[in-house]
Amino acid sequence: MSELSVNHLLGIKYITKNDIDLIFETADHFKEVINRPIKKVPSLRDVTIANLFFENSTRTKLSFELAEKRLSADVINFSAAQSSVKKGETLIDTVNNILSMKVDMVVMRHPNPGAGVFLSKHIKASIINAGDGAHEHPTQALLDSYSIRERLGEVAGKNVVIVGDILHSRVALSNIYALKLQGANVMVCGPNTLIPKHIEKLGVKVETNLRKALNWCDVANMLRVQNERMDISYFPSTREYTQQFGVDKALLDSLNKEIVIMHPGPINRGVEITSDVADSDQAIILDQVQNGVAVRMAVIYLLASKIKN
Amino acid sequence: MSQKVLLNATEVNIILHRLACQLIENHNDFSNTVLIGLQPRGKYLANRMASILKEEYGIKDLKLGQLDITFFRDDFRRGNKTLEANKTQIDFLVEDKNVVFIDDVLHTGRSINAALTAIQSFGRPKEVELLTLIDRRFSRHLPIQPNYKGRQVDAINNEKVKVNWKENEGEDVVYLVRT
Repeated sequence: MSELSVNHLLGIKYITKNDIDLIFETADHFKEVINRPIKKVPSLRDVTIANLFFENSTRTKLSFELAEKRLSADVINFSAAQSSVKKGETLIDTVNNILSMKVDMVVMRHPNPGAGVFLSKHIKASIINAGDGAHEHPTQALLDSYSIRERLGEVAGKNVVIVGDILHSRVALSNIYALKLQGANVMVCGPNTLIPKHIEKLGVKVETNLRKALNWCDVANMLRVQNERMDISYFPSTREYTQQFGVDKALLDSLNKEIVIMHPGPINRGVEITSDVADSDQAIILDQVQNGVAVRMAVIYLLASKIKN
Repeated sequence: MSQKVLLNATEVNIILHRLACQLIENHNDFSNTVLIGLQPRGKYLANRMASILKEEYGIKDLKLGQLDITFFRDDFRRGNKTLEANKTQIDFLVEDKNVVFIDDVLHTGRSINAALTAIQSFGRPKEVELLTLIDRRFSRHLPIQPNYKGRQVDAINNEKVKVNWKENEGEDVVYLVRT
């Protein structure tokens, strides 16, 4: 069990339970490292990583960059907004140009689902998917599970509900794969229009009543409504969405148990959760962000160790 | 594969007590000294040294930590296997402290080299010393020597030194294994 079964992290769908266990154990060690007075280790001093962001990102990009720097890797950053992509260059050409500068690993976010899988068939470097359209966002799912494990001891057997815009969410799909792989029970909850057809085929429960879902769960992962991906109206108004699917303190206090609140960020305060919920002790949103660096260090370290000199 | 006993339980016990006395000679009451066991195998020796110092020589405030050097090793991506990390537990700063690294076998010196880099994450030690149970002479890749050593061994290339501990393998014994 000492190495990953894959050479790329393209999605949770492609990895095993053993891989997740190994990533979490390694992340435990990195979490200790990033809490030291000097938070850096020299492991990856001869590895160069390119962060290719064809779509906007703040925290994922920062988190990856910090993880890479804490491991002493050399980092180059690329964002599509200021690049030749606008001049009509293809994805493979863009990436091959970057790789010819001797890059060992690529962290890529792309608006098209499957961009990472496509690229992995054409280039040699190790690829980490940092989000591809509405498909997968594996490191987010890993850090979510890692945070659940940290708070509740283990993921197996826990009831986790994912609330909100399931249809446009790569976080939801990766989380469903990751949680099922670890033996958690998963439910999705949201307006019917934002729940993909046939999602129950993935082995998840579907619920449209938020109170019922929250009473069932141990953990609620509140997703953002992704207005930028919506080409039509999926619900009448934001206010109506909030009334039915927003979580406030009164609702949490009226439940029959104390549940853990997660959010992958960025939060629309007052839409999916209110400020007093986001800032309460039940929310582990900032733990998720801190764990994100440790989990990404683990993924990068384990994939880099498979790149031969 | 054949193996020969280098040290039996009685001999190990005598050596550990001698090493404890040598440590006391240099570090008195250990008020400014910390013991650091190097993971994975040095922690058994470090724990044993600490309990002898505490229980038999009455050292009260002994600071003991475990340092993992995996992320500081110089052979990352050079072998076939992923280097697996172990737990680091150092709940204190080593700034201006006398640090004693403890490991079971000193061979090439590369682990110690990595440990010297790793310990810097916890402050700037006043001085660093090295205690090893077995010192394999003539096999060093780096100019590193122990300050306290249990036994010197002249092992050749296809020979290995294996240190077993009561708490892990069931008995205290040191073998020279020939492959």
